[in-house]
Amino acid sequence: MNLKKIGAWTAIAVGVIYFIVPLIGTFEFSLRMRRGEYSLDAYESVFSDVRFHATFGYSGLMAVLTIIFGMLLVVPTAYWVRLRLPQLRPVVEFVTLLPLVIPAIVVVFGYLRIYNSSSYLPFTASERATDILLMGSYMMLSLPYMYRSVDTAMRTIDVRTLTEAAESLGAGWTTILFKCIFPNVMSGVLAGSFITFAIVMGEFTMASLLDRPAFGPYLQLIGANKAYEPSALAIIAFLITWVSMGLLQVVSRFGKARPART
Amino acid sequence: MAFLELSHVKKSFGQVHVVKDFDMAIEKGEFISFLGPSGCGKTTVLRMIAGFETVSSGTITIGGHDLTDLKPNQRNIGMVFQAYALFPNMTVGQNVAFGLKVAGKPKAEIDVTVKEMLDLIHLGHLIDRFPYQLSGGQQQRVALARALAIRPRVLLLDEPLSALDAKIRVSLREEIRSIQRKLGITTIFVTHDQEEALSISDRIVVMNEGRADQIGTPFEIYNFPRTRFVASFVGTLNILPGHVADGASGRIEIDGQAVHACRDLARLTGRSACTVALRPEAIRLGTAGDGANHLTGKIEEVSFLGAVLRVRVRLADHAISLDMFNNPGVAPPERGSPATVTFAREDVLIVEEAA
Ligand SMILES: Nc1ncnc2c1ncn2[C@@H]1O[C@H](COP(=O)(O)OP(=O)(O)OP(=O)(O)O)[C@@H](O)[C@H]1O
Ligand SMILES: [Mg+2]
Repeated sequence: MNLKKIGAWTAIAVGVIYFIVPLIGTFEFSLRMRRGEYSLDAYESVFSDVRFHATFGYSGLMAVLTIIFGMLLVVPTAYWVRLRLPQLRPVVEFVTLLPLVIPAIVVVFGYLRIYNSSSYLPFTASERATDILLMGSYMMLSLPYMYRSVDTAMRTIDVRTLTEAAESLGAGWTTILFKCIFPNVMSGVLAGSFITFAIVMGEFTMASLLDRPAFGPYLQLIGANKAYEPSALAIIAFLITWVSMGLLQVVSRFGKARPART
Repeated sequence: MAFLELSHVKKSFGQVHVVKDFDMAIEKGEFISFLGPSGCGKTTVLRMIAGFETVSSGTITIGGHDLTDLKPNQRNIGMVFQAYALFPNMTVGQNVAFGLKVAGKPKAEIDVTVKEMLDLIHLGHLIDRFPYQLSGGQQQRVALARALAIRPRVLLLDEPLSALDAKIRVSLREEIRSIQRKLGITTIFVTHDQEEALSISDRIVVMNEGRADQIGTPFEIYNFPRTRFVASFVGTLNILPGHVADGASGRIEIDGQAVHACRDLARLTGRSACTVALRPEAIRLGTAGDGANHLTGKIEEVSFLGAVLRVRVRLADHAISLDMFNNPGVAPPERGSPATVTFAREDVLIVEEAA
């Protein structure tokens, strides 16, 4: 019993040291831009860089668009599969997991082959079209998380009976989807959204190879050329992720506190 | 022509025939119960009326109009589900208003109707609660109000009470029945509880393996079951095999003892065996005057059920159960003692074997 406890605490301690110490080191280093004293100069430098604002804004916008279009794809799909094609669920789940096993670099080369400027669908011909392609690729990257969180939320409501109840009251399928289903899987939608936000903000491969001014490539560029700013950026990026994860926790608690049925 | 008619309705899922040639005519304002064991197709028939399942063949009409090609949201049929199915994201008031909003009714009218419906189920004070803040019985009443708010042509209830505990079941079924009477709405109520069906229905449809075995008033169903299945499913009838001695005069032998029947004699002609049903409360211990049937045997079991005693008398191969009122002044019959039972000729029911 006691030995077990000691073992558990040791494991936790090792984990904390492994994760926290480098972080503290990075943070400490990011404060040492001014010689001989701690300061926030590195952060000031980062925040005053126009490229920081531009890339951060760009990626933020991409994240929001990815979330909106991703959810418009995922919620109806998960709904339809649960309602009408339950036998297809394993297949759909497998497909949504593919982005986890196929490296992003492979996917992006596939995109460049198929959607290059001399193809039938020349997505890379203009910047706007490339943005759409990039958003599509982000949707794909976040698919495993979005689908799973939405599908889990759907498990807590009786999709089929709610649909039939709404139908018998005269509702068409858009009403059912947006008034009866969407609001009840909101906790899943939000959870998926925060993960998606974190993924998109830090994504490098897709944005870099499609040559879009996103936050990930900017991080890489600064990392290669400056001394103190990369540490400050790393801390900022971590904070974004943590805030997203924290919100996710809050949302999932909130969702659990209101059971759909007794 | 009846208000709601199902004629030759069939339903198969792949190779499995779940509903076989179902015929039924319901008058406007009637309260009909579907009664039958699990898996006999009650829900399936209900879902075909609501439009959630297509019919494999046959037609369903309301007021003379064929429903077959209408989608569920075009049929104007109210439905109440076993699991309540309230929208968890909406308050009680919003749930009840949902169908009216979808229909594009003006807000003032919606508010009036919602209030009227909630008053009907005595839950006006809970209008701003969410479903998870209600008890099961309250949720089901809200579901009923929601279904009624759209003034449906027909109300369908699929075992609406089976998730509730016994006391609420009884009070809520009476409430449902009185609301139904007040609104005069044509209603189909699915249950596998015979007491529930007998107590609240105008007519009962006893279903067995995808067919309507018998359709009739509770009085008819209980007193004159037509088939062996109905007899055994409704009430606790004695079912005994009989040997037909003389079909025309209704003379039958049960375990070698002669019994006379005066009802359903047509079912005896041209047959050597039949199935006899006897209600326990129609049988008494002892002998009686002219013309009554007598059977002799031995008391096998006496169980005390409170107001009544149930006594089982063994004939030869078969036993017969009878009910007698509990009388504190009279000692109960003793196990093992010889006994004679008596019952009137009119109480001998000849029932059909399953078709
Ligand atoms: N979608 C379906 N696919 C295949 N078989 C089905 C389907 N729906 C129902 N069945 C079968 O049809 C039969 C009748 O089902 P139904 O739900 O109508 O029974 P029920 O009388 O309502 O029973 P219960 O009292 O248990 O609710 C069952 O044997 C069931 O397995
Ligand atoms: Mg059923």
